Parts: sequence; structure tokens; C-alpha cells
Amino acid sequence: MIDQQIGALFVQIAYIGASAAFILGLRGLTKPDTARRGMQLAAFGMLLAIIGTLLNHEIVSYQFIIIGLVVGSAIGLPMGLLVPMTAMPQRIAVSHMFGALAVTLVGIAEFLHYRDVPGGPGVVKMIALGFETLFGALTITGSFMAFGKLQGFISGQPLTFPGQKLINAAVFFGAVGLYVTLVLTQSGGATETGLIMFAVMTVLALVIGVTLVLPIGGADMPVVVSLLNSYAGLAASATGFAIGNNILIVAGALDGASGFILSILMSKAMNRSFANVLFGAFGGEKAAVSAKSSEGLTTRSVTPEDAAMRIGYARNVIIVPGYGMAVAQAQHAVRELAELIEKRGGRVRFAIHPVAGRMPGHMNVLLAEANVPYDHLFDLDEINEEFHACDVALVLGANDVTNPAAKSDPGSPIYGMPILNVQDAEQVIVVKRGMATGFAGIENELFYLDKTSMLFGDAKSVLSQVVTEVKGL
Amino acid sequence: MTALLTALGAAAAFIAATTADTATAAASTTLVDAQIVEVYVFLLAAFTGFQIITKVPPLLHTPLMAATNAISAISLVASIVIAGAERPLFINIMGMVAVAAATINVVGGFVITDRMLKMFKKTEAPK
Repeated sequence: MIDQQIGALFVQIAYIGASAAFILGLRGLTKPDTARRGMQLAAFGMLLAIIGTLLNHEIVSYQFIIIGLVVGSAIGLPMGLLVPMTAMPQRIAVSHMFGALAVTLVGIAEFLHYRDVPGGPGVVKMIALGFETLFGALTITGSFMAFGKLQGFISGQPLTFPGQKLINAAVFFGAVGLYVTLVLTQSGGATETGLIMFAVMTVLALVIGVTLVLPIGGADMPVVVSLLNSYAGLAASATGFAIGNNILIVAGALDGASGFILSILMSKAMNRSFANVLFGAFGGEKAAVSAKSSEGLTTRSVTPEDAAMRIGYARNVIIVPGYGMAVAQAQHAVRELAELIEKRGGRVRFAIHPVAGRMPGHMNVLLAEANVPYDHLFDLDEINEEFHACDVALVLGANDVTNPAAKSDPGSPIYGMPILNVQDAEQVIVVKRGMATGFAGIENELFYLDKTSMLFGDAKSVLSQVVTEVKGL
Repeated sequence: MTALLTALGAAAAFIAATTADTATAAASTTLVDAQIVEVYVFLLAAFTGFQIITKVPPLLHTPLMAATNAISAISLVASIVIAGAERPLFINIMGMVAVAAATINVVGGFVITDRMLKMFKKTEAPK
């Protein structure tokens, strides 16, 4: 008995230590030079929590635990080591799926367990259990759909059909209705119908995950991934309430807060209201857009030689990378060009829009991988005033985030969206494959300005040519 | 921010109210105490998380998401208990699957976060 109490005390101490490690670890992430050590501390906290749990007196056999740990490590380790940085959004989406799967299975197991307990789980635990299973299940399928869209085996196009909203609403209210009914009827003890209701609710939640993400286009994935991050965290927190475990509550709350903040930031950067995000209704309404037509306007196209002349003699260059740069795998050519300019005495900075890339902060990781020092990377607020003083702004595979219509044309669908003030630069060079529009499907006035030169072609090969030319100057 | 706090306050009030109901029903005050403490824990952790995470620069948002994902795989702790406790076999097996899924995130999540953070370097001092 005393042994058991000491054991329980040790478990609690391990959990408290782990909670502190998580919070301090995340605090490390507020600065790039403390980030790595912070995350190592968090990993240590996780180890502590796992060891503490293994000593839990409820555990009577270890074979299933060991099998699970071994299988999970065997899958997780190669995933962590081998996934390329460009595939990071998919990897995050699929890991939300695994996290939600664990949480949902725990929720189901706990619900079944309480059916054998006289008196039932009680109101609070039933609320938590139901919430955990509902959000966990919808995050499983939602994340899988996001994974599929990012990986490309599910069409990135928004899929819509007539009556979709009605069906979605019916499924949603069905699941919530069952959830409320479960809380009202099962809290004090199990009834016959409880199991069926619980099963149907879980299935409906799985359906919600699919219908939530299906109508959303590939370019909106940063919001979706952030939102699912938040859901996975909230579900983990609910698990903590359901089994009375504080560390789950803490870690889940941290994850939920993080996903929540990133969702708000992303939705702002993509010009969507937060209400839109909360209800997952984003991306659905993309009606016919009455954007200004490009007729009568002409662009000026230049050769890599011309571009090299301008870039090579520029004193102050700002590079605006977009996802097109990552698709063309042009990061290393960009870094080479930047180093060349610096060697010639110029200054180079990178302007990173919050939605450049396929998830929050993705572009920074891709450039860091190409050895661009992080003190060259600036976010929108930091650099927007600097375009005035810059000789050449080099836009690489970015489009909508540089469109001045977001500021000047109230009729534009992207009006109000924060953009990079590329049009303020002395001259602008845009590297682009062709004149196709960005994901908003509208013309970019920037391309038709007198100061703008278009450099058509694949970003990687065009930049390599520019680099060769600059070397020869 | 204010909206969030209001929402959290409302949630806390709601949970507190339902907890009070349980108290009368189950006439077990210790249980209520434990659950009220859990609500405090949640609110304080959410608030702390909110304060810290708003300070994380956009530069590190991808590692942040990978990291919080690894941290929230703490559900491993709950999965381990279900896999190893005295429950029916199929529940233990569900627990085993949950342990595997959460372990993928713990191991993969921390490894990939470290891989990313390793890449962020400052400009080297001029030679």
C-alpha cells in the first residue's frame, strides 16, 4: 500500500516535471538560437512522462505496450529522418491523423470501460469522453483528406456537389445531437442504446472530417492544417479530463492554443474571417470573380542576361519567394545568387509572406535547408517598409501575395489581404513559368507595371542562367 | 484576445456548473475538487500556451507545429495504461494500436523538429 503511494507520488512528480519541460521547451522556440535546446528539453520531458506512466500500478502486463512502442518507433523514426522538407505539410497532416487516432481509441476504450462501472462516468467525464471521441474522429479523417490533397492522391480542387451544405449540416447536427443525448443518458450509468448511439456518433464524426476538408482547395491547406492541429490538441486535452490526468490537459491545451493562434494568423493572411475558419466554411465560396481583365495591357519580358545586369549591379535586393520556387526546387540556385550579390557588395534580404508555402513558416524551413542564414529572412511586417529603398525586388513563383489590387481595388476578391509592397521597389523582376493566375484566379496588376520585367521560364534553370551571367559581369 | 478569454471564462463557468450538479447527484465532494482543479489546470495551461506561442516568430512556425504535435502525442500516456491495464483483450489491443500511433508522433515528431531546427543558422562571421 505504501509502495503504491510512493509509486503514485513518483508518477505525479514525473508529470509535473514533464509539464514544466514542455512549457520551457516551447519558450525556447521564441528564439532561433535557443529553439533546439528547448525542444531537446521537451523531448526529455516526454521521456520522463513515459517512464512515470510505465510505473503506474494499474498496468498488469507489458507485452501490448512493448509491441506498440516498438512498432511505433519503427514507423516514426524513418518518417522523422527521411521525409523531405518540401513534404513537411503532408507529414504534419498525417501526424495529426495518428495523434487523433490514439486519442479516439482511448476515448472508445474508456467509454466501453465505464459501461461496466456501476454509476457510470459522471457528467464531466462523459462530456470529456464524448468531446474527445467526436473531435478525435473528425480529425482522423479530416487530416487524412488534407494529407491526400497535399500528397496529390486526392484532387486539390475543391469538390462540391448540390445540397452539400444541407447534408453537411445534417451530419454535423446529428453527431452533436447524439453527443448531447449521450451526456444526458449515459453519465449516470450505461443503457442498452448507449453503445449504438456512441458508435453512430463516432461514424458521423468520421464523415464530418471528410465533408469538412473535401470542399477545400489545395491552396487553403495552411488554414486546414492549423485548424486540425488545434482540434487534435483539444481532443488530447479532453482525454486528460476523461481519465483525470493533468499532463494530458496541459499538453493538449498547449497544442490547442498553438493551432488556434496559427489558424488565426493564417486566416488573416489569406483574407478570411476567423468565423469562417471556426466553422470550417472556408474555401467553399469561390463564386465567379469579376476581376479586372488584362486586355489591352502588356507585359515586358526580359532575358536572363538583362536580368543578371540589373541584379548584378543592384545595391539592395529583396527576394520574394513563393511556393513556385519550392516546386521548381530553386532554393539552392537562389542562395547561390544571393551569395553572389553579397560578394559584389550588395545587400540581399528575403521577404516571406505568412502563406508562402503550404503551411505556416514552410518557406523559412525550405530556405534554411538551402543554407540561407535565418537573419536574412524577414516577415511581412518587418520588411514591408523596406521595399521603398530597394533597387530590385525579385519575385520568384509568388503571385497573389504581391498583387497591389489587395490595397487599391475594393472590388477585388483579395481586397484587404495583407500583401508585400513589391510595387514600391525601384524595379521588379518576376520569375514565372507563364501568365497563369495564382490560386485566387485573378490577374496581378504588378505584372503590367512599367517598372516590372517578366522573366519567363522554370525558376531553377532561369536562376542558374542568371547566376552564370552575374559571375561573368 | 478578449473574445478568447470571455469564451474560456464561459467554458469554465459551464463546467463548474455541471460539476456542481454532479456533486449533488453523487454527493462526493472530493471528486468535484479534483475536477475543478483540472479546469484550473486547463485554463492556466491554455493561457500560458497562448502567451508563449504568440511570441514564437513566423520564422519558426513550421517547427512549432511539428513540436506541439509531438508534445500532444502525450496521449501515449493514456494509451499505455489502456494497453497494459486489466481490461478485456480487445481493449488492450485497441490500446496497443493507440500506443503505436502515438509513438509514431513522439519519435517522429521530435526527430523531425530537431532536423529542422538544426538547419537554422545565422550568417557566418566574415572571414
